[in-house]
Amino acid sequence: MHEASHISEPLAAAPRHRASWFELARQHRVLLSSAFLLAFPLVMPFTALAVNILIYGLYALGFNLLFGYLGLLSFGHAALFGTGAYLCGIAIVHFGMPWYAAIVVGVLGGVAMAAAIGVLAIRTRGIYFAMVTMALSQCVYYLFYQAIDWTGGENGLRGINVREISIFGLKFDFIDPLTRYYVVAAFVILALIFLSRILASPFGAVIEAVRENEARARASGYNVTATRLIAFILSGAFCGLAGALQALHLSIVPIEIMHYETSGLAVMMSLLGGMGTFFGPFVGAAVFLLLENLVSLWTVHWQLFVGAVFMVCVLFFPKGIWGTLLQRVQK
Amino acid sequence: MIGQTATSDVILRTERVSKQFGKFTALKDITAEFRRGAITSIIGPNGAGKSTYFNLLSGAFPPTSGQVEFEGRDVTGLPQHKFAHMGVAKSFQITNVFPQLSTHENIRVALQALSSRYNIWTPRTSYKDLVVQADELLHRVGLWSRRGRLAGTLAHGEQRALEIGMALASHPRLLLLDEPTAGMSPEETRVMMDLIVQLAQERTVILVEHKMKLVMGISDRLLVLHHGELLAEGTPADIRRNETVKRVYLGQREH
Repeated sequence: MHEASHISEPLAAAPRHRASWFELARQHRVLLSSAFLLAFPLVMPFTALAVNILIYGLYALGFNLLFGYLGLLSFGHAALFGTGAYLCGIAIVHFGMPWYAAIVVGVLGGVAMAAAIGVLAIRTRGIYFAMVTMALSQCVYYLFYQAIDWTGGENGLRGINVREISIFGLKFDFIDPLTRYYVVAAFVILALIFLSRILASPFGAVIEAVRENEARARASGYNVTATRLIAFILSGAFCGLAGALQALHLSIVPIEIMHYETSGLAVMMSLLGGMGTFFGPFVGAAVFLLLENLVSLWTVHWQLFVGAVFMVCVLFFPKGIWGTLLQRVQK
Repeated sequence: MIGQTATSDVILRTERVSKQFGKFTALKDITAEFRRGAITSIIGPNGAGKSTYFNLLSGAFPPTSGQVEFEGRDVTGLPQHKFAHMGVAKSFQITNVFPQLSTHENIRVALQALSSRYNIWTPRTSYKDLVVQADELLHRVGLWSRRGRLAGTLAHGEQRALEIGMALASHPRLLLLDEPTAGMSPEETRVMMDLIVQLAQERTVILVEHKMKLVMGISDRLLVLHHGELLAEGTPADIRRNETVKRVYLGQREH
């Protein structure tokens, strides 16, 4: 390369960041997150709640890939989560598939739904993107609502009874809450590994570039529309997995899973935890669900309380709980 | 008659390009050729349509009518990202970097656009050649000492230099610069002009500039726009002698 001939300073003199423990922690984020998730049920009062936090954390994580890392606000993620749950449930109930195959079906369902919604919505941006995704997810809601033979309609899809899970000849009792937690956690950890690789990959760099400056990304030779669509589909894979796990966990898929409130949940959890942070979605899910569970013990108006916390967070900690914490530690 | 006049020493040409914004005609029937290896400056007073013309040349948006041709190929209406792959790079009038990414990453991302952009599995650091090339480009534009800094925290002049570095990442045969010295101090301007002259030794440069004096010395050819029309075209000496240009442009207070 002829440009090299202009170099006058020695290349080795690059000012490098000192590898602090913070940088070290960042490099091993999957390991640390996994370790935390494995120890988590031991400090939780109810394991069932811990499972919920895991699943919603994964759902928010999938949403955060799009919202936090790419900067696209979708208001239709319930369709991805719900499709994952329904397809996993249908695979078990109607086709008698084994649980692991049903999970794969759920993930593929999330991917396919994301591709379908993505293709239609991806050319819009900002508030319009949020509106289009919300409208499309409502269409999906009614589609599943009407397909009573397959989905049970209003009553939800019942009878997803997975009692025992066998992996390589080892049998696990899926009814036992702690065992169930660790089975779900295993999938969540796989998802964490996958997400971490995406973020560290060249495509992860493209996602950041598009978020940072769309016009510049385009001028550099990146197809912004394609980038968005791919990220949306990847997000669908995570949300589909979360939905499939939810179906196994609840052993029923309620129609509410497709409701736009579920879409809002992902937004809230991401914002609470910290958009664009690796572990933030789990923090957001944990805070939200803990508040819901604890506050509803003494008042039915728990949403009022959660709403207040949410507003405080958005107003004073725009980086979310985890994001703010990271920022403090870094300084 | 496109094609007949397109010889190899013409890198870019526009054939009767016009651009309407609603009822407003920003550009009207501009036919011009840009010579390979030359520095061509597009000048004109404020509101002359320089930036609109620049955007048509760089593919930011298509003309309302007319045709843009790069290396003999019709590129009218081609999406922006394809221009980088063809060998056309641009810098923006308003500083345009990735503010939350490091200076090094800004250039590395720009380099990556031409190779491994859809890989979602391999760590980006494993593409060592891109890391090394990014370092070389940082040297080239004088930002080596800013390698790890967030691009958004760089001084204005440094951000502009970074933009040039990013534009060079695609090894462009044609470099389009929109007011590269806008908002720069005299010292920064001098450094930038030197850099542009140096870059032009290896590639074609087209720049849009408001300050006529600045480009007279370095340009091989000049296009003068006025009210969306091509007023004059020629060597700096031609332009200096041109009476119409003097009236509409030089008659104004010098910038």
